[in-house]
Amino acid sequence: MEKQLYELTLKEAIDVAKAEGPWEIIRAVIDRTALLNPRLNAFVRFEPEHFLKKSRKSEDFKGVLSGAPLSVKDNICIHGCETTCASKILRGHVPPYDATVIRKLGDAGAFFLGQCNMDEFAFGSSCETSAYGAVKNPWDIERVPGGSSGGSAVAVAADMTIAALGSDTGGSIRQPAALCGVVGLKPTYGRVSRYGLIAFGSSFDQIGPITKTVEDSAILMNLISGFDPHDSTSVNQTVPDYTKALARNVKGLRIGLPKEYFVEGIDPEVETKVREAANVLKQLGAQIKTISLPHTAYAVAVYYIVAVAEASSNLGRFDGVQYGLRAPGKNLLEMYFETRNQGFGEEAKRRILLGNFVLSAGYYEAYYRKGQKVRTLIRKDFEEAFKEVDLILTPTSPTPAFKINEKISDPLAMYLSDIFTIPANLVGIPAMSLPCGFTEKGLPIGVQLMAKPFDEEGIFRAAFALEQEIRIYKRKPKL
Amino acid sequence: MEFEIEKIAQLSRLSLKPEELKKLRKDIESILGYIKTLGDLKTGDIEPTSHVLDLENVFRKDDVTRINIRDEVISRAPCVEGPFFKVPKVVDKE
Amino acid sequence: MNTKIQYEPVIGLEVHVQLSTKSKLFCACSTQFGEAPNQNTCPVCMGWPGSLPVLNEEALKLAVRVGLALHCQVSEKIKFDRKNYFYPDLPKAYQISQYDMPVNKLGWVEIEIQNGKEIQKKKIGITRAHLEEDAGKLLHEGVKDGSLVDYNRAGTPLLEIVSEPEIYSPKEAYEYLKTLKMILEYLEVSDCNMEEGSLRCDANISVRPVGEMKLGTKTEIKNMNSFRAVERALNYEIGRQMEMAAQGEKILQETRLWDETSGQTFSMRSKEEAHDYRYFPEPDLVPFRIAREMMDSIQKALPELPAARAKRFQDDYQLSAYDASVLTQEKALANYFEACVKEGSDPKTACNWILSEVLALLNAKCISVKDSPVQPKDLLGMLRLIEDKTISGKIAKEILPLMFETMKSAADIVQSRGLTQVNDAQLLEDLADKIVQANPVLVEDYRAGKKKALAFFVGQIMKETKGKANPQLVNEILVKKLGG
Repeated sequence: MEKQLYELTLKEAIDVAKAEGPWEIIRAVIDRTALLNPRLNAFVRFEPEHFLKKSRKSEDFKGVLSGAPLSVKDNICIHGCETTCASKILRGHVPPYDATVIRKLGDAGAFFLGQCNMDEFAFGSSCETSAYGAVKNPWDIERVPGGSSGGSAVAVAADMTIAALGSDTGGSIRQPAALCGVVGLKPTYGRVSRYGLIAFGSSFDQIGPITKTVEDSAILMNLISGFDPHDSTSVNQTVPDYTKALARNVKGLRIGLPKEYFVEGIDPEVETKVREAANVLKQLGAQIKTISLPHTAYAVAVYYIVAVAEASSNLGRFDGVQYGLRAPGKNLLEMYFETRNQGFGEEAKRRILLGNFVLSAGYYEAYYRKGQKVRTLIRKDFEEAFKEVDLILTPTSPTPAFKINEKISDPLAMYLSDIFTIPANLVGIPAMSLPCGFTEKGLPIGVQLMAKPFDEEGIFRAAFALEQEIRIYKRKPKL
Repeated sequence: MEFEIEKIAQLSRLSLKPEELKKLRKDIESILGYIKTLGDLKTGDIEPTSHVLDLENVFRKDDVTRINIRDEVISRAPCVEGPFFKVPKVVDKE
Repeated sequence: MNTKIQYEPVIGLEVHVQLSTKSKLFCACSTQFGEAPNQNTCPVCMGWPGSLPVLNEEALKLAVRVGLALHCQVSEKIKFDRKNYFYPDLPKAYQISQYDMPVNKLGWVEIEIQNGKEIQKKKIGITRAHLEEDAGKLLHEGVKDGSLVDYNRAGTPLLEIVSEPEIYSPKEAYEYLKTLKMILEYLEVSDCNMEEGSLRCDANISVRPVGEMKLGTKTEIKNMNSFRAVERALNYEIGRQMEMAAQGEKILQETRLWDETSGQTFSMRSKEEAHDYRYFPEPDLVPFRIAREMMDSIQKALPELPAARAKRFQDDYQLSAYDASVLTQEKALANYFEACVKEGSDPKTACNWILSEVLALLNAKCISVKDSPVQPKDLLGMLRLIEDKTISGKIAKEILPLMFETMKSAADIVQSRGLTQVNDAQLLEDLADKIVQANPVLVEDYRAGKKKALAFFVGQIMKETKGKANPQLVNEILVKKLGG
């Protein structure tokens, strides 16, 4: 059967758009989304008309992307386009500027379809905390797609967009990519500008691509990476052509499997498939060895101190003064309390309270500073490990997609579902999740590859080899 | 328990309803219990990590750029008066 | 036990000074004062979601410049922190400030206190001087049911200079502020304009029994719009606290507002919790290292500061300590004086003219020294006319205001108004003869010892010559004639 236009990978879409213009592809994707979004709730705003109006004549769709249609998570600012982080408190917030990644992709000829659903303020691993309602997993609509970039992952997995951007603070790109069977990359901290990404944990956040293939991921990374004078934490370092790393050659690559990631609690099917993926790489010439990351068990605790502290401060500005929701109040304090109480959902409140607590007088040392110190210990674990290996291979998530409502009432259980993805954010290293198989029930399983800072190329090299060998990206959800 | 939710809610500008308060207190106490595992680690002379990058001295030059967004943001703000944002009375003067 | 306990005040001052960079601390918006509301804004200084700060290098350099001038330890490594609190003029709900690694630590300012005839010197310690961003402005006046917010000022670089609690009287506080402002003006780091808010001062004050080492409970006083207001507010607050202490009442730690009209401080009553700013390192900014070379080049570029300049004026120009200190209080004034001297004026003469006549005229017209219509070379032209006896000092005092008004040279005015001094001895002798003859009684008085009568004769000659007679010559002639 011939491939539908909405099924195209980014690479294929670019080739078609270059030859015939992007309009047929854009139309196919629009129709597909109109059909599926009511069921999956992947988009909070699907307004290609907005971008047609705003942008652009056909000649705007030149550049590398030639008008290939993309989607972004609802926490990346687009000038003139409501951006809400899936929160009630930001209803009506229309940024007066473009995020740097939006500007870069626009310059490269991207066509933006709309904004993808997410956990409110990226607080969650299931896309159930969105003010716009839960997102459904296309492989089983009774299950969560993962989060917080669940909308982006679903849109890619269900061919409602050619590719998408997400953001990753503790696994928010990789975990939904794993649960939806697509490729998600969290770049090295500082590789991609955060300017225009509505902050969650400022020292953790990175924007990254969610794509159908490893090659598509490399294409987008070429476009969004690099120093930005508007982001003090972006690194002034040459960006390589990541597509050059897509050679099917892993000979001599040293890959470590940390023993702390293959322990009780991990789903047996997940473990089997991830170990198989390691074997495939071994057969292709990589050296596989067991390593140790001794402080792994503390990562979630550190994350829920430091990231949440940063979040509580970042969310202070949502006070009803300049934009978004304002609840009436007799005086200023009343307006503050009412606006924030009505505007934030429960998980946001939980994290704001926790974050303000760990920073508050008398507890800073015992919590926040302790967390920062253990963060150093975890960084040292990885520094040591990377003396022995080039890449670290782990499961992305301990389980495949879980049922909607299964964990939502137990925040701690939800937090622990990010146990394998959080360390990369604590350390700032690049990490990718790519599909490595399916459970018997047909749910996707993701394998995670982590590398040294700024060695995205190492990840691309191994991921491309693995993907081309197991070729499961061709399997699509039945919708 | 050290976690005084009413005080922290006040600090966070959140006015929680009683049932909300009860649930959030319970959740946060359980999370704090989990976080306590960090106490097992000796971290006396370990340097805290605030930044994962070793970047220093990222500056901008003292040049002025005028980008006029005022009318755009004022036109969409929840409450304005002329070119100003407007907020309810700050304090009740006695 | 009837002896009354004596109390003494302990004062610490926090001065916020806007650094005169062209653009704001973390974004490229202009710092220009007085523009249309919310005009100088962008997503960064308005704290829009997703925006990020990038440090203005010039602001850090200016902060180091001040630190070096205040004898501070300039830190090798600094970082920024977030100070979290909610207020409508603070768009991010946190202020980017510096908590435990400020640019400058542990410096001092030397102040002079006039004690009768004597001038006493005293060093006031500087705890720290750190960089932070200014907040926007809240307008309450004439607004119905609410307040208006203008973010033009938000993000302007501020240096907060915190003194040690080593100031023991409102007078010392006043002198400290005056000296600090003088230094900042010499450094050309700020306009130091209190009316426009580019220099602001808050005071922490407590009282304790004399001899006690422990500090009492302090109050923080805000809303003082001039140095005199600081002095007055402190006087009031000391009185209030001492009275309470004497009555055995408990002093509350609180923030109080100074009300200029009533001359009192008022408690800012609010139901708010005690401040808990939840400081933590600003993740959006990297740490900064102040390189030795940068510090050296800033040190080298430091101008001569007022105290050093006053000392030099005493040594090089033999001015009195008082004159030297007044001349150096303002950099422009000291420059004015030195320009006159460089052009060849006698230092003492120039100093006298500047401190009396020139300053009086400038003050009367509210003109700054820099904008004076009579520039040093113009003043010098006038002084030369006195020296070569073209005019008398008295005439000069009449000419100077005309020079201010017309911006003409002294010589032009003298010529056009025929004010040249009469140095013609024959003419003056004839006049003297005439007057002596006409007033025999007074001549007798003079000869009998009433030397004061001389003034009458001088006056008469001056009247005849419309004040143009050379007074010295007139004196000589008259003494000769009357004594004869």
